[in-house]
Amino acid sequence: MNDKGMFGAPGTGDTSGFGGLVRIPASTGSSQRPYGSYFDEVADDLERAYPDFADAIERVVVDRGELTLYIKRERLVDVALVLRDNLLFEMCLGVSGVHYPTDTNRELHAVYPLLSLTKNQRVRMEVCVPDSDPHVPSLVEVWAGNNWNERETFDMFGIIFDGHPGLTRILMPDDWRGHPQRKDYPLGGIPVEYKGATIAPPDERRSYR
Amino acid sequence: MNTFTDPYASSRETTEGTVFSVTGGDWDSLVTEIGATKEERVVVNMGPQHPSTHGVLRLVLELEGETVKEVRCGIGYLHTGIEKNAEFRSWTQGVTFVTRMDYLAPLFNETAYCLGVEKLLGITNDVPERASVIRVMMMEFNRISSHMVALGTGALELGALTPMIFCFREREKVLDVFENISGLRMNMAYIRPGGVAQDLPAGSLPKIRETVKELRRDFKDNEKLLIGNTIWMKRTEGIGYLDLAGCTTLGVTGPVLRSTGMPWDLRKTAPYCGYENYEFDVITATSADVYGRFLIRMAELEQSLRIIDQCIDKLELSEGQPVMVADKKIAWPAQLALGGDGMGNSLDHIREIMGESMESLIHHFKLVTEGFRVPAGQVYTAVESPRGELGVHLVSDGGTKPYRVHFREPSFNNLQSTAAMCEGSLIADIIGAVASIDPVMGGVDR
Repeated sequence: MNDKGMFGAPGTGDTSGFGGLVRIPASTGSSQRPYGSYFDEVADDLERAYPDFADAIERVVVDRGELTLYIKRERLVDVALVLRDNLLFEMCLGVSGVHYPTDTNRELHAVYPLLSLTKNQRVRMEVCVPDSDPHVPSLVEVWAGNNWNERETFDMFGIIFDGHPGLTRILMPDDWRGHPQRKDYPLGGIPVEYKGATIAPPDERRSYR
Repeated sequence: MNTFTDPYASSRETTEGTVFSVTGGDWDSLVTEIGATKEERVVVNMGPQHPSTHGVLRLVLELEGETVKEVRCGIGYLHTGIEKNAEFRSWTQGVTFVTRMDYLAPLFNETAYCLGVEKLLGITNDVPERASVIRVMMMEFNRISSHMVALGTGALELGALTPMIFCFREREKVLDVFENISGLRMNMAYIRPGGVAQDLPAGSLPKIRETVKELRRDFKDNEKLLIGNTIWMKRTEGIGYLDLAGCTTLGVTGPVLRSTGMPWDLRKTAPYCGYENYEFDVITATSADVYGRFLIRMAELEQSLRIIDQCIDKLELSEGQPVMVADKKIAWPAQLALGGDGMGNSLDHIREIMGESMESLIHHFKLVTEGFRVPAGQVYTAVESPRGELGVHLVSDGGTKPYRVHFREPSFNNLQSTAAMCEGSLIADIIGAVASIDPVMGGVDR
């Protein structure tokens, strides 16, 4: 990020918002030890309890006081079980999908916030999969409460959770086409006319970047 | 034989068995027909339009006699696409959207969202203390109004009408407080990134004190009606049992989790908005049933009043202090004031931007149309809503709009436990169990 100040598009004189400016999500690199707070302890415990740590965890990111473990999808269930049983993260607070169309071969992210009631700690697991092969192993066997959350993420992003007991749409109608919260899915809406002037639907209005 | 035939009530044969359509008024013929089929197992569709399902919740019940063998929830009837919509509006406008998710606890949605935006901006510690105190006070009032609906409609669904009358009387008083402070009774969009929309109106603290006094007095009416009431106990004791292990694996939080004896309340375990500076107790029960959850909600009302009392004391001392961050690049520029035609932009502010300073006008225009930029990254913030952990997952790409807004709604997760609570019980107990979860469908479906 080399934006200066709060306003205006960097690099061009265009401040109208109509310049076809592209939104590029920033990718934060891996964090270096010490992570601070209880994060070093979590990472150490996980390394001790899970010998394949270096192979399974792609990146460890500490940002804004939160710890994120980027996990290879093949190892997701193993790591989840270790986190649940050895590190006492008893609760998984669902899964949230994020679609990054510009993150080539890692377009779809599944984000799992975990909570330990015993130790009052939180970590986040993140799994990145390509759009062409949107398969993530299901964690319903580990935390039963992920059932509906995975259905919602499938419904909204098209991430297929392998091993889910009944992966069907949950919020949208069963015969709906497409996955509405993906970035390539339009918001929809119709232009509104008022006294001769037309206001475009929200997703076609100017976008500042 | 009945002489009346309802043209809409009919039965037809399918591969799954006979399907009966019921329209009301044809119960006799229906019961006769089902009795003739010799089928033990009956699948009943309940909802989504049903007075006892706590909103547009659809339950598909597999019954054997009156025993429930299997429960499936059908949701999505109130899906509004708020998360998607928020990606096309500025960070500040997001508040107006998220307040409409869980419509019984709008201030919790706003606070959780704003705490997330503030964390992304890195201004968590710059939010003025007075703003945090107002937030806490508003949230605790909101907890009361939400619990009032939970208790009132819960009792109504089990056939007790009077508690609902009392509950809505109390809720009305709380909504009057909201109206006095924010101008709106629901969906206030009052809490904004960086603080709150406006300071308390002059002379409102004595009124609030009076309301607290009335609420404390009137809560006793419901206590007298329900606590220890034989019929109420029979409908709630031992019903909808879910233990701690069930709660943790299903991600259940809030009063349902606390009814297992687990004193888990984010206001204590991970304080936000300065909750560590207030004295209050975390209420628990050990019965893990509907009655326990009912008692928890009743007792939490008094704890909320205790917190509000402390808020009023703090607010009296901080009169005149700011309620929005000092950073003019984030604070909403419009100053509101009460004019002859109601609440609107203050004339002083209009005079400044229209008549005195072109820079002020430019600043106002850019901040209102374009919004402020939020550094890229992701955060998860959580608050203790009346229903449990309300989490917000926010992703920013560095722009003026959210890249992703996801709400981890306690109603959504808690509703999943319906099957665990109800399977094997009687059909009438489903109503009590669902009422004790207190799902708000606006929050479930978003």
